[in-house]
Amino acid sequence: MKYVKLVWANLTRSKRRTILTTLSVAAALFLFVSLRSVITTLEDAKQVGSESRMVTRNSISIVFPLPEAYYTWLSAVPGVTSVSWACWFGGIYQDPKNFFPQFAIKADSYLPMYPEMVIPEDQRGQFMAERTAALVGKGLMERFGWRLGQNIQLRSSIYVPEQTWPFTIRAVYTPTDPSFGDELMFIHYEYLYENSGRWATPGWYVLQLDDPARAASVATVIDEHYKNSGASTRTETERAFQTSFITMYGNVGFLLNAIGMAVFFAILLVAANTMMMAARERTSEVAVLKTLGFSDRLLVGLVLAEAAVITVTGGLIGVFGAKLIFEGTEFQGAGFLPGFEVKWGTAVIGLLIAVLLGVVSGLVPAWQAARLPVAHTLRRVA
Amino acid sequence: MKIPLIYNLRSLRQRPISTLTTALGMGLVVLVFIAMSALSRGFRAALTETGSGDNVIVLRTGADSELTSGLGRQTASTITSMPFVARGADGRPLASPEVYVLVSLQRLSSGEALVVARGINPEAFQVRKNVSIIAGRMIRPGTSEILIGKSIVDRFANTGIGQTISLANRDWTVVGHFAADGSSFESEIWGENEQFMPAFRGEVFQSLTFRLKDPAAFESVRQTLADDPRLPVDAHREYDFYANQSFQLTQIINIAAIFVAGIMAVGAIFGAINTMYAAVGARAPEIAVLLTLGFRPASVLFSFLFEALVIAFLGGLIGGLFSLPLNGIMTSTTNWQSMSEVAFAFRVTPDLLLRGVVFALVMGFIGGFFPARRAARQPVVEVARQI
Repeated sequence: MKYVKLVWANLTRSKRRTILTTLSVAAALFLFVSLRSVITTLEDAKQVGSESRMVTRNSISIVFPLPEAYYTWLSAVPGVTSVSWACWFGGIYQDPKNFFPQFAIKADSYLPMYPEMVIPEDQRGQFMAERTAALVGKGLMERFGWRLGQNIQLRSSIYVPEQTWPFTIRAVYTPTDPSFGDELMFIHYEYLYENSGRWATPGWYVLQLDDPARAASVATVIDEHYKNSGASTRTETERAFQTSFITMYGNVGFLLNAIGMAVFFAILLVAANTMMMAARERTSEVAVLKTLGFSDRLLVGLVLAEAAVITVTGGLIGVFGAKLIFEGTEFQGAGFLPGFEVKWGTAVIGLLIAVLLGVVSGLVPAWQAARLPVAHTLRRVA
Repeated sequence: MKIPLIYNLRSLRQRPISTLTTALGMGLVVLVFIAMSALSRGFRAALTETGSGDNVIVLRTGADSELTSGLGRQTASTITSMPFVARGADGRPLASPEVYVLVSLQRLSSGEALVVARGINPEAFQVRKNVSIIAGRMIRPGTSEILIGKSIVDRFANTGIGQTISLANRDWTVVGHFAADGSSFESEIWGENEQFMPAFRGEVFQSLTFRLKDPAAFESVRQTLADDPRLPVDAHREYDFYANQSFQLTQIINIAAIFVAGIMAVGAIFGAINTMYAAVGARAPEIAVLLTLGFRPASVLFSFLFEALVIAFLGGLIGGLFSLPLNGIMTSTTNWQSMSEVAFAFRVTPDLLLRGVVFALVMGFIGGFFPARRAARQPVVEVARQI
């Protein structure tokens, strides 16, 4: 510990340089942690769906509906305890930029299948009792400053686009898991059906299984049954269904990782350059220290320690700065990244990278210090 | 009097490692900036080039995309026979009623995609000037044959000529590949309307695209169609329609680019400040001599600023150079505004490279200004005594 003072003295010799380098490392780690958190949030989104629920959709693609008549047969499939359905409403609230998803659901069977949505009992009752009622996520209420009982008007790009659809907010849900999303809106399928000229049909069916282990066999039974019908089906677990949406983004992970690498190398160059400049100014001092009997190994240690103090301090600022800022602002990527957070795992990786930066950037100057020819250097000093 | 610029160039050569690391650091910032901008431009270009300024696309009233639209045969033929629709050499109207559906396909690389399957008549190739078959042949009427857009060949299974793809319980044979100037049509599957209708959504078109006889008359044509009580349709200029569909994602990528490049730039600027302060510090005696010789402080300031700008320029060049191989690399994503898969290429354009260099110079200026000012304000006597 007796060398702490020496390292500290070296760090404070050029305060401006130390501070600027620390801050540039902080900026890099902030960015790295932000990018990494986007990746982990997308990964988590793949885990949102339940393994004990399955989704049956049209095999052509999700935009093709299924007949309502499938409900009865699906309910009788062994292993399926409950069946419900939903469809995409495609509503626009005031302006297309205010995008949020709305689903028309068969509420009496749908809501019991989703314990992820916590709804006060009285509100649930009111929602169920009224056809034009809407169930809205807590985040959406805050985003538009809505209150319970308020009437809102939506236009649908799919159903009777000439008219507006009035809804009354009767219930608000809070998700048990943030990645479920709190910016969804649910309306009654029956209301949509009757007011769209009986044109609406289920977009997809949700099936509750008594045992998740039966998922594969249930899927086969259903898809085989409808194979040669007018609307053949594709059945998979809800998790697989959700994952397929995330994969539609394409290779975002690769892109973000590539940017992360560029950030890492850019800052590595900055840090390494600083350490080399610091070392160059001190050549004569190192020679003196060597004459005094400091071993090569100790000198290497001192240089590396100095580099590590800079990068680790920068890393701490960057990583925890990101964590505090994103948590403080409740950043959700404008609704595209529900449940966005800087995980502890990401924070640890960030700090390890900071340590790595310190070691690598200190390497060259440390090596130079170790093999400095003492006599030669001292001659120049004298 | 000005200090010769060669002085700065020589002093940069004196410390090549420090110069290069600083320039390389800035280069990486510029690289990320150019790469992200090239991504958003490529995507935008793919959609804007899909539409033509001479064409009008007609959708059902209130529909925001072809997906949510629907037009009956009667509506389509009524519009086709209207006088403002241009006619081809054979006297037939240049109008293309089209079926538009999304089919779920597995990408060969990873994940699922919703690919556009578009039903066409032979007129589609005349209405869309930029579309041409580059391999194989045109589909024959009355058969289950399809054409595959060039961008999605090899991105999905069975897209080669002679292979078959199963869609909606039917097997479709690929007989040709087509190109469309890099536009999003190249990410589509084209088949015959009369085959796609029964296979997918029944007796209904999703859109009608026609060439205007007089491109300047768009407003009056739009009004005519809107006023006709027989026609529940909206008319859009084809160019604007597709350009609008690129708006959301382009904006997201641009914001991300500014966020990422901005924060990286802060780091790089701090690096440049360090380098330049070190350069100024190491040459304190030289600067004192310059000032003693009668060079004005302003000249010293410009001289060191110039030096920082040279480093930055080098960085800009490096970043631009590294970004060149990205040009033309294909990638794909889902355009959530139309829900469909769009394949597009990174576009590194000359003006983007120029922006990269300007961006680097701005970083260099900010990074070099304070150290240069310090050099100019150096107390001559004190330093000269040290010598």
